[in-house]
Amino acid sequence: MNQTYSLSLLRSMLRIRRVEEALANRYAEQEMRCPMHLCIGQEAIAVGVCAALSAEDVVFSNHRAHGHYLAKGGNLNAMVAELYGRATGCCGGRGGSMHLIDLGAGFLGATPIVGGTVPLAVGSAWAASLKRSGRLTVVFFGDGCFEEGVVHESMNFASLHKLPVIFVCENNNFSVYTHRDERQPERPIYRLAEAHGMAAYTGDGNNVEEVLAISRTAVDLARQGQGPQFMELHTYRWREHCGPNFDDHLNYRTVQEIEAGMNGCPIASYTRKLEQEHGDMCLEIAQFEAEIREEIAAAFDFALSSGEPGVDDAQGKVYA
Amino acid sequence: MPEMQRPDITFAAAIREGLDQAMEKDARVIVIGEGVPDPKAIFDTTAGLRDKYGDRRVFDMPLAENGMTGICIGAALSGLRPVMVHQRVDFALLAMDQLINNAAKWHYMFDGKASVPLVVRMIVGRGWGQGPQHSQSLQAMFAQAPGIKVIMPTTAYDAKGMLISAIEDNNPVMFIEHRWLHQIKDSVPEGYYRVPLDQAKVLHEGDAVTVAAFSYMAVEALLAAKALKSAMGIGIEVLDMRSVRPLDVASVLKSVRKTGRLIVADTAFRTGSIAGELISQVAEQAFAALKTHPVRIASPDHPAPTSHFMAKYYYPGPQTIADAVLDMTETGKDTAAYREMCALMLREEPHDTPNRGFTGPF
Repeated sequence: MNQTYSLSLLRSMLRIRRVEEALANRYAEQEMRCPMHLCIGQEAIAVGVCAALSAEDVVFSNHRAHGHYLAKGGNLNAMVAELYGRATGCCGGRGGSMHLIDLGAGFLGATPIVGGTVPLAVGSAWAASLKRSGRLTVVFFGDGCFEEGVVHESMNFASLHKLPVIFVCENNNFSVYTHRDERQPERPIYRLAEAHGMAAYTGDGNNVEEVLAISRTAVDLARQGQGPQFMELHTYRWREHCGPNFDDHLNYRTVQEIEAGMNGCPIASYTRKLEQEHGDMCLEIAQFEAEIREEIAAAFDFALSSGEPGVDDAQGKVYA
Repeated sequence: MPEMQRPDITFAAAIREGLDQAMEKDARVIVIGEGVPDPKAIFDTTAGLRDKYGDRRVFDMPLAENGMTGICIGAALSGLRPVMVHQRVDFALLAMDQLINNAAKWHYMFDGKASVPLVVRMIVGRGWGQGPQHSQSLQAMFAQAPGIKVIMPTTAYDAKGMLISAIEDNNPVMFIEHRWLHQIKDSVPEGYYRVPLDQAKVLHEGDAVTVAAFSYMAVEALLAAKALKSAMGIGIEVLDMRSVRPLDVASVLKSVRKTGRLIVADTAFRTGSIAGELISQVAEQAFAALKTHPVRIASPDHPAPTSHFMAKYYYPGPQTIADAVLDMTETGKDTAAYREMCALMLREEPHDTPNRGFTGPF
């Protein structure tokens, strides 16, 4: 992988991390008045998968959507403004953090009902297949989805019609504060996808190059008409299920587990790898940090200087 | 109304014709449902469509109502116009998450950036032991969600025209068909035409009582209207509501201002019904016009029993409506005219079949 490309992956992960840290830092100001689910620690999956897509391909996501939105090219200003409930937000303030959309970037929507967008992605792929458009659809979801019937219904149909859809399961082992052990029997999730008759892969979701490699295979096969592809990627959620903070004090997971999870930081580990291969990266990273800091500051300025939607703005667009 | 007369066709044939013409006109229209291409063809409403349009536009469906609704929503967001079919409304309950959380809200929550042009056909069963889970009439449940349209055509003419309008509409439209309407014939133009999705229609004019009726209850109300007129000289105004959301309250208000009395006849359970909603709105907006309290005629608040011995007493019919009219107008019943009216409304068919030709099984 050439160095410029590797650095672009690193930068993309760093950007998501810094955006979310900035959101977390300012959340206490009580001006972003909506639930917020941070993906800090899970950035490599969003970046690795989206790097394998073309601009025409489309993505659906879930309640933890910031990383997917940004990695697919979603507009940062419109996202931050949405979190502040401003009229310039990507949903005009109607959605908040859990409802992001940027049609121009191919980010077709994120919603917080677990599993709710999985069939929509299959429907998008169905339309692409019927129209022979060549467009791929990706849907990101968590391990909790496998407890939802609608996900199996969706996989069944996708496999039956060999649809160009890629299912990306981000397995962070937690649904809110409940470990997967309390929710699912001991069996690998990706094997369920195999049982639905589709190609399934599993890998380290904190290794961006591994995610990218799996994604490229999946993208190639899906484009060739080989039907749906499934990947289960293991990762770790650093912060609380919902909100800006760490939640170590709740003791639902051990200190050792948290340390091990954070030691798998996708950004730190990729930085180390690149430095082993290409030498010191301090200058490049410093430049990224500066650019990102400036972009984030501008996004907050944009959001906070944007107009507040009024009562009239809440009433329209119920029907198309 | 376009062109010349042809022999009347059934409600089911009108649906089939509407689907066919919508598919012919717009290549984005696809049809999917359990049994759509099978030999029974959803009570013949989808017959021949797969032969004509092929298996890339006409689909059978896995038994996955929620997932398939979501898949149809995804297809609708991506430029297709799916028509989904459930042989019974009751099956659509499995899809409430996708209908209410996604279809109804997508346009709103994403600030109008996308819309869901989806039609869901759902059939209300009745008779021949359909029982608790095959005969519910759930229009009020769907109508509770802003963002969804709910329509219930009664005549074959409206079935075709409203189906075409529903398919052309950019919103999710729940198209609810009463099974007992399927074999009723009506004059239906051969061409492509639209009927609006937000307007009630006066089926019978009168000034004694307004009867606002939904779906099959409009058929029953019309029978009552004719018998009341002929035997007792009482003229009631029957409105076929046609649409549940949006609800055409204006047409009801106009009629109530003339009659001063309101009966709402609904196919659904009484409590929480759209009949109650309509009465609320009339009371709020025209209380002074009412000479007496409005009346709901609806199914009792218990599930429909299967046994035909019990089901015999379950459904309100023309007699229920006529009696309510007489009570409201303080008209005596111990008369020869009353007995004549009752005789006019006597049903020759068995109580649990839509017509003599029906011999089951569903």
